[in-house]
Amino acid sequence: MAASQVDMEFAEAVTTSDEFNAWACLNCGICSAVCPLAIDLMPRKLFRYAILGLKDEVLEETDTIFQCLLCKLCEENCTSNVHIVENVRFLRSYIGDEVFGLDTGRGREEHHAAAHR
Amino acid sequence: MPLPTGDIVGLMVDNLEKRGSVFPLSAKKATRWADGLDIPHGGETVLYTGAMYQLLPYIIAMVKLLARVEDTFLANWVFMGRFANRFVNLSAIGARPSRAEIERYNQILRNIARLLQQAGVEFGYLYEDDLYAGALAYDMGVDGTLRTHAKRVDATLRKHGVRKVITLDPHTTNMLRSVYPTMIDGFDVEVKSYLEVLAEAGAEPLQRIDEDVVIHDSCLYARSEGVIDEPRRLLERAGYTINEPRESRNLTYCCGGPIEALFPSKSHDVAVERVKQLRGTGGSQVTTMCPMCLASLAKAADGTLPMEDISVFLTRAYTLDAPDASTEKKRSISEH
Repeated sequence: MAASQVDMEFAEAVTTSDEFNAWACLNCGICSAVCPLAIDLMPRKLFRYAILGLKDEVLEETDTIFQCLLCKLCEENCTSNVHIVENVRFLRSYIGDEVFGLDTGRGREEHHAAAHR
Repeated sequence: MPLPTGDIVGLMVDNLEKRGSVFPLSAKKATRWADGLDIPHGGETVLYTGAMYQLLPYIIAMVKLLARVEDTFLANWVFMGRFANRFVNLSAIGARPSRAEIERYNQILRNIARLLQQAGVEFGYLYEDDLYAGALAYDMGVDGTLRTHAKRVDATLRKHGVRKVITLDPHTTNMLRSVYPTMIDGFDVEVKSYLEVLAEAGAEPLQRIDEDVVIHDSCLYARSEGVIDEPRRLLERAGYTINEPRESRNLTYCCGGPIEALFPSKSHDVAVERVKQLRGTGGSQVTTMCPMCLASLAKAADGTLPMEDISVFLTRAYTLDAPDASTEKKRSISEH
């Protein structure tokens, strides 16, 4: 198995984003426990990948990222107030730009949704 | 072979960019529900449907189509559909809902308009300018396209001098109330769900309904918009006894609808689980307050647990109108 590679461009996109705030995650697992889809990977493990800049690992989970219902049951139960839905939307935007070739507008205009929600 | 996420998302984004909605619908079809209701054009306060209830029958038909393609070799060819859809409105051709389905959702809109009229609330309607608010693009993270579309909606509201908007579904409420202000500088339209407006107006029931009803909260209403007590207050005032599932209010459980177009099987599994929870209350009928929840849960229940939009339950108590499409049809047959 190949060693994980840190992608500096991806790491920078994550660290400079207003929307991505998974740093506060304590990895307690409540989010996975309450998820209607029982997505074990999400959000805690996935967010670790993103924080570490492991772009390939994140992109491998594209389907999982788009399976999220954005229902916020995890967020409602999160002890660290992580804006899980905004983080998932950030990753969807990133994949939309980098993989699907869509005009997601990521980084083009400031969008402070996380602060308002 | 699962459905290709990028192509499906791309198809919806193409539609929003080129045709103003993720599943385009002609203005004639989108506004037909208002025929005969004498709702004035425009005004400072408007009923804003965002075409959500009108779109649902078409989305249901499209999802049926996609569910047939999921896990077959045809999933490999969805990219061709996206390519062709740029030139021809394939989503409108491919999705043909039944007349009964269209009538069911149109009747919900008529119910809501009549409930507001009965409560003395004055409002207009933008008819062909009542634009989709862009919820699906938001969910997919396609903010560039969404921002352009949101500016179009904002310009339309300004053109008509709209200051207050009464929304009908949680997705449009969430977009206009919580998302647009973060995307558009100076967006200061007051946005309220019709359930909030009715509760605040102190709507009085015309007849008492002594029935139990199981309540299914919408995730967006309960966790993002704080619309939890209003539907309960309106139902209870009408005489209904509310049956709460364990997963209720801010801990409500998703209907699976948000991923129906991309992952039909997984979406269905979530809906089946929710129906199980609702059935576990021992109640005999369920009320929803979102068109996506209604479509998703009704499909999963497959006729084994009666389910209706909350407007149907409220109409029976707060107006003297026929609350559902089948009653309307029976009445018109008996009158002729």
